[in-house]
Amino acid sequence: MEITQPACTDPVIWNQWHVISALDEVPAGVVSETLLLDERISFTTSPDGEYRVWRSSSRLPAGAEIDGPASLNGLDALPVKPEYGYLWTSLGEPPDDLFPLPEYHHPKRRNMNAGSVGVATSAPRAVENFLDLAHFPYVHEGSLGVLPHTEVAEYDVEVRDGEVHATKCDMMVPKVGVNFDEPLVMRYRYRVPHPYCVMLYYDSLPDPSLEDICAIWVQPMTADRVRAHNYMGVIDDTSTNTDIKGYQLLIFAQDKPILENQHPKRLPLDPRAETPIRADRSAIAYRRWLSDLGVTYGVIPAGL
Amino acid sequence: MTADPFTLWHPVASEHDVPYRHVHHGQLLGRELAVWRADDDFVNVWENRCLHRGVRLSIGSNDGTELRCQYHGWRYANRSAGCTYIPAHPADAPARTICNRTFPTMERYGLVWSGEEPVGEPPTVDVLEAGTPFGLRNLPVHAPADLAVRHLQAHRFLPSDRLDSGSVAMSVEWADEYSVALTAATTDTDDGSASTAVFFVQPVDSGRCVIRAVLAETPAASDQMAVLRHHATELNALVARIEAEAALLPAPEPMVPVLQQVPLHLAEVPEAPSGRQAALRVQVRRKWETAAGVAAFELAPIEGLLPTFQPGAHIDVHLPNGLVRQYSITNGPGETSYYRLGVKLEPDSTGGSVCLHSTVREGDVLAISEPRNNFPLRRDSMRTILLAGGIGITPLLAMAQALDRMSLDFELHCFAQSAEHTAFSDVLDGLGESVVRHLGLPPDETVAEIRRLVAAPDEFTHVYVCGPGPMLEAARREAAAAGWPDDHVHFEYFKNTTEIDDSSTFEVALARSALTVTVPSGSTILEVLRESGVPLPSSCEQGACGTCVATVLEGEPDHQDVYLNDSDHQAGDRIMTCVSRALSDRLVLDL
Repeated sequence: MEITQPACTDPVIWNQWHVISALDEVPAGVVSETLLLDERISFTTSPDGEYRVWRSSSRLPAGAEIDGPASLNGLDALPVKPEYGYLWTSLGEPPDDLFPLPEYHHPKRRNMNAGSVGVATSAPRAVENFLDLAHFPYVHEGSLGVLPHTEVAEYDVEVRDGEVHATKCDMMVPKVGVNFDEPLVMRYRYRVPHPYCVMLYYDSLPDPSLEDICAIWVQPMTADRVRAHNYMGVIDDTSTNTDIKGYQLLIFAQDKPILENQHPKRLPLDPRAETPIRADRSAIAYRRWLSDLGVTYGVIPAGL
Repeated sequence: MTADPFTLWHPVASEHDVPYRHVHHGQLLGRELAVWRADDDFVNVWENRCLHRGVRLSIGSNDGTELRCQYHGWRYANRSAGCTYIPAHPADAPARTICNRTFPTMERYGLVWSGEEPVGEPPTVDVLEAGTPFGLRNLPVHAPADLAVRHLQAHRFLPSDRLDSGSVAMSVEWADEYSVALTAATTDTDDGSASTAVFFVQPVDSGRCVIRAVLAETPAASDQMAVLRHHATELNALVARIEAEAALLPAPEPMVPVLQQVPLHLAEVPEAPSGRQAALRVQVRRKWETAAGVAAFELAPIEGLLPTFQPGAHIDVHLPNGLVRQYSITNGPGETSYYRLGVKLEPDSTGGSVCLHSTVREGDVLAISEPRNNFPLRRDSMRTILLAGGIGITPLLAMAQALDRMSLDFELHCFAQSAEHTAFSDVLDGLGESVVRHLGLPPDETVAEIRRLVAAPDEFTHVYVCGPGPMLEAARREAAAAGWPDDHVHFEYFKNTTEIDDSSTFEVALARSALTVTVPSGSTILEVLRESGVPLPSSCEQGACGTCVATVLEGEPDHQDVYLNDSDHQAGDRIMTCVSRALSDRLVLDL
């Protein structure tokens, strides 16, 4: 067999857990194939009920049916971690645990797969866009933002416990229900616990003592092509899954043409590559954090 | 020796690629370009990349005066590509030097020409100069430009008036690296029918080009469709042959254009402007009387472009008699080829307006500062109320045009003695029903009208006032009485009529410069700092314009300016160094 050098030479990214599918979309008894860090990998739910991931093999191509667990023997198996409703794997040596998400297990929370979208951009560009408040009134007019309320108030940013946190992020949103005639200010907080994963928290409208969570966990297919997996964990007894998923896909469909028109696609980490303003402090912190971690995949490292 | 393609002019678009309000996505030598025509017919050729987050400007919108980025709504001015507005920080004026990359541009023979660093002018072609050029359809080709040029030399077509001709002789008038001129002449009759076409080849990338063909003579109107169809057919066949040959060659490596780095000061904290400088030279292009006792001036650059301005900005005009005066720029968005000022004759003034009215003439050169904006316009309000008293219309006129262009709700109230005393009536007329004229009101009725206009404070409304001192005082008083928060009411004073008391003596410590100076009676903080080699930017030097502001870290300021409002004065964390002093023995400034 020919040994080829992997396209990803970044040990930080190589040894991470990476999301590849929502669990409810992993086919049973049939091989599914995807791309991770330029490598073809296959996955399935084995007849014994276990999730399996392996480097793709011509012996079991995509779409092949699996007769019994034994037919999965002898493959180049990869680590498997079903967590938070998604299937995670790694091409390298991942840590024992994925980042913590204790809110996931709250009994009132509805955890759901809100759809996966392919985007021709790098994972860090997708994460940075998710952190960005200033585009709401332009890209998401009528849903997340409303013109002319374009101001981004000062907010707090820090790196804490190895994660980037942006807090007290206030943004004017359009009326969100029948009881609101005027736009109102929403307060968000953001958390980046993984180079390619970002979560947004805000007080739940039905129960303000709890927070709704909206996240994208980005699967790096290549350095400039991703699948963004939308996770939602909400306190909501009225909306249907279709409503929530439809809304998330609408939002993402608005972001997609912007992300695919950014140049360069890989996120430049050199401070002089682009022009930050105060509203971009979370993005600046994220770029510095990636630099400090030594991430080189999906980015243009500073000094190149 | 072959010419460096980066120093040549190349066509990057055809005239019909850049209709009004459109942004054309072009490419030259590997670099993507955003090409757009402003309503004043200037064609802009810019790097196709917003320097904020790298989004293509070709997906943005062209409102005829400015290009708006689709991602965050940043606006860039016609010609200069300077940023005029950053919606995320509506209260701040953008740093003047935020500027997208521009390339030289010229229109010739129905084509838009540009280049990386072109020398001289685009090529002059005698047959096109002498003829009536007629553009043919552009053909994108998946092949290197040199291959296209080589095949073009063997290209054949028929004279425009003899498309039925059976026998034609082709001659190559000339061919160089990026263009070929061919003449087709009939040989089957002796009528001498002949047509010349010039084929310009735009090198898009190492393996792609666009053939832009121009006929020397415009065919008769009735023949044009047939001529276009004939050339399209022949050129399509040619392109198929070029691409067939290119497909056999190894694909060349794509060109990788170098993206410029943003200036260091934009990557980090903004740079502090310094000095009372008159860096620019402009020529009075036009001077006219816009109202009784008000002269209007159009100041045009002597060379190059004027710096970007924003609504509310003013410039210092250094007058021939040595005086320095501040005037607001009245231009609307996109009017970037000149600055338009309005100057009221003040016979009892110290000579600024008299000099401009009587001495300065069309053609004169004036020294001016770059625009400064201490009266920035927020554009995130549901409604904006503009109150203009007399010549105070000038900054508000710029604001009104910007709001109008963005379809934001505003009302502009013009208080004036009479219609004849209303400056820039033509511009006001264009703003329609948003303009309300209040003519000939005596002072008490003016105050009553202002009281009525500001009667209902509203969280989503901002008020901007500019006019004579008594009107500003009345507006300030009435707005406060009605319950407006200070930060929703914005003032611009012409001058500070407060009598300045400069009798005190105190110490000023500069926290960052580690310097302590004594300000004696009769001197200002600004003057003493300048003498000590700490230059601060300044403009009016009488506490009205806000340019020389400094942050107070310790000590109690003795405010004597009219720029800061009452809340600012009470907060005591900023000081106008040109007039204000200290009540405490010592001030510590963040300088």
